[in-house]
Amino acid sequence: MANFNIKVNGKVRQVEADPATPILWVLRDHLDLPGTKYGCGVAQCGACTVHLNGNAVRSCQLPVSAVANQEITTIEGLSAKGDHPVQKAWLEHDVAQCGYCQAGQIMSAVSLLKNKPKPTDEDINAFMSGNICRCGTYTRIKAAILDAAKS
Amino acid sequence: MENIKKSINRRSFLKASALAGGGLLLNFSWLASAKAAYTIGNNLNAEPTWTEITGYIKITPDNIIKILNPNPEFGQNVMTSLPMMVAEELEADWQKIEVEMGPHDNVKLGPQFTGGSNSVRMYWKPLREAGATARQMLMEAAAQTWKVPIEEVTTKGGILFHQKSGKTGTYGSFASKAAALPIPKEVKLKEPQHFNVVRSARKNVEGLKIVTGKPLFGLDYKQEGMLIAMIVHPPAFGMKLKSFDAAETLKMPGIKAIFSQKLYEDGFEQGGFDTRTFNDMLVVVGKTTWEVMQARKKLNVQWEPAGDTKDTFGGRGQKREVTVPGELESTDAMFKKMQEYAAKPAQQLRKDGDPETAFKNAAQIIERTYNAPFLAHNCMEPMNFFAHVTEEKALVAGPLQAPGWSEPTLAKLLNLPGDKIEIQMTRMGGGFGRRAYGHYLYEAALISKKVNAPVKLVYTREDDMTYGIYRPMYTATYRAALDANKNLIGFHVKGGGIPEHAIHANRFPAGAVDNYLAEGWQIPSNITIGAFRAPRSNFNAAAEQSFLDELAEAMGKDPIDFRLALLKRAKENPVGKDNDYNADRYAGILTLVKEKSGWGKPENKKYNRGVAAYFCHNSYAAHVVDMVMKDGQPYVERVFSAVDCGIVVNPDAAKNMVEGAVVDGIGNAFYGGLTHKNGKPEQSNFHQYRMIRMNETPKKIEVHFVQNDIDPTGLGEPPFPPVFGAVANALFKSTGKRFYNQPFAPDLNKKEGKQI
Ligand code: FES
Ligand code: FES
Repeated sequence: MANFNIKVNGKVRQVEADPATPILWVLRDHLDLPGTKYGCGVAQCGACTVHLNGNAVRSCQLPVSAVANQEITTIEGLSAKGDHPVQKAWLEHDVAQCGYCQAGQIMSAVSLLKNKPKPTDEDINAFMSGNICRCGTYTRIKAAILDAAKS
Repeated sequence: MENIKKSINRRSFLKASALAGGGLLLNFSWLASAKAAYTIGNNLNAEPTWTEITGYIKITPDNIIKILNPNPEFGQNVMTSLPMMVAEELEADWQKIEVEMGPHDNVKLGPQFTGGSNSVRMYWKPLREAGATARQMLMEAAAQTWKVPIEEVTTKGGILFHQKSGKTGTYGSFASKAAALPIPKEVKLKEPQHFNVVRSARKNVEGLKIVTGKPLFGLDYKQEGMLIAMIVHPPAFGMKLKSFDAAETLKMPGIKAIFSQKLYEDGFEQGGFDTRTFNDMLVVVGKTTWEVMQARKKLNVQWEPAGDTKDTFGGRGQKREVTVPGELESTDAMFKKMQEYAAKPAQQLRKDGDPETAFKNAAQIIERTYNAPFLAHNCMEPMNFFAHVTEEKALVAGPLQAPGWSEPTLAKLLNLPGDKIEIQMTRMGGGFGRRAYGHYLYEAALISKKVNAPVKLVYTREDDMTYGIYRPMYTATYRAALDANKNLIGFHVKGGGIPEHAIHANRFPAGAVDNYLAEGWQIPSNITIGAFRAPRSNFNAAAEQSFLDELAEAMGKDPIDFRLALLKRAKENPVGKDNDYNADRYAGILTLVKEKSGWGKPENKKYNRGVAAYFCHNSYAAHVVDMVMKDGQPYVERVFSAVDCGIVVNPDAAKNMVEGAVVDGIGNAFYGGLTHKNGKPEQSNFHQYRMIRMNETPKKIEVHFVQNDIDPTGLGEPPFPPVFGAVANALFKSTGKRFYNQPFAPDLNKKEGKQI
């Protein structure tokens, strides 16, 4: 057990945890931020995607001891009212079915658009294929990303 | 007018009362057809019996309308589409409606069963009647206040109007007065052409919560002082706990308790949906998820073969014992065993005419065998449940499709009366049938009782995948007898599975062939199985629709025309009784998909096209799958879908559901499969169990609904099964090879299309 100061959604938070604890569980169990989801724990599904200094990472693979002084953004911190262009596009396309994967999908999509503001079909396939949607909403996810890219 | 209430006479209870602070609370209770909801499988088409469904509509003086949604949400959109049905008849302003998830209340809210594609179908009449009743009472209140005849009062968007005098008022302003009025004896329901909420797309009422990461799911549920629990289960089916040593593990940080406990004591009478995998629970309880995960890895545990065990089932007045074989099963051996059983005589399920003679006299016999593996549901949110059990009462909360089936078992297990058990249903991160089996809820409750604290039981992905209630392993052999003119004179299907066969003997092409025989057999197993999106149909459609395609080819016919001709026969001169499909609706989806996909049109030549159609869960679906080669692999680039599910309540959400079913079908057809080695599942996470991803998803899925005014017949499952067949048929066009074994991807990459 050790104490860590980590910066989540712009605030410094203190956490006492085993240094190996993945940020995913720190967010969910310690910091009461359950928007970031657990799906596989082995970097295969993308449900746990957050931003580390603005880039998409799988929080199930990121130990708390490795993120000191770095900016973590979760779905809860993406926008104040759910009005980030990507969130708006998601609502416009009514993407979700069960909705469980969608926080991870959105965090990945935001990161994709940051790096490639005008992504091609292939860019989207390449970047988003790490995120599983068991309900099969991929066509809507793609359409929403293309729409968000316009704004 | 058919829609004038007939069923209102069956109403047992309706109560209007004033809300504290003014307003109307309409408690409604109708008798609705809900028997079908209790049955998965054969009896879905049985005449419904009637049960009571209660709910409420609340209207506050400031015109906020709250509607209680009775059914658990797992992505099928009931939180939106069921309230839409109320709003339609209430003539409310959809923007002002708030939806609340109902608690579990077996008496008041009816079966509350999410499954069998039944939610909309089951609640279609009662919820509209509730809306219409509330509206009529508000109109009466306005008529009395304005001193005008009720016939002159109109409503729109939550406002009452009297045109002649120009008077208007909100529902909210008349709600308190309406609450004091007698309940109308009869109300009129709208004719479909007057719908303006139903049939127009409404956005998911929980959309904003979803995109902002609000805690909606079971895994997000939290309470002060809550502990986390995990179960260490045997490494293989057929094994059980021998001993364990927790001395070291108990010293690990955050760990509170480690113990073993039985889920069901010997002889405990399980209900039909209490299916569980392992009865011995080795439980680790601690403060946080990560700590518990670490501790359980370090546990020193010995396992041993369980040998044959017994399960006792109760309910429906019959107690029966089932022996579960103790074998440590392997997929190869199971497959061989299926081949042996397939050669033995089987149970006759249906026979028309004289199939033996037809096959004896045939000029040509085509025989093909199809196989499919166990499938894991892999809901995105792994199984979990919260429980807080004390001596006096229990609160449990989590993702659950069928609270009504779980409560009686929970009451027996905890020795508490039903009214001391509160079940809350969270939004589910997928279900697909998996969450109809409440064992994980019982496990959580027993753990909470033992440690005397609020507990959330969490399955890891590995637990979820290797500790599942799988889609069974299936096989079926289809035979067709053709005469010298290539007419179909006999049809024979013999299906089997571990531990059940998939045959629906009365489905198409039964009824369309003079000489018909359906048979089934099964092999018991300790690998646990249950409902998986369109149980049994999801295999049948693949096998039968591939076979029909091959048959059409052998007969030199177009696959759509061939099916249409059979359906024409089934309609005009049906063979046998109990054909459980409507030949017109079946033909309707084929005709629609033919038109919409431009079937046979030269501009579609570049695609390798496969078609399939199927009926299940009361609805009809057909797909044309357009395949191309991409990076040397067949890729489904486009799909055209035609669906007849009667009236479509929320069209865009319904489209989403069909798109999802198409993607799910393509994924499972190509990649889905769980195999075993000495009882141990060989796939434990997504690095081994391949799921369809964005890059394998079609570029375009075009969904068309048959426009008719038939009461809704269900949508969650019907579009799923025929995808498998359409994919198999397109693969033939792409590769020149027929694919008989699911999943298809491994065979694709073999030189010879070897059987499993
Ligand atoms: S939970 Fe991290 S990738 Fe699946
Ligand atoms: S919406 Fe259910 S997993 Fe993506």
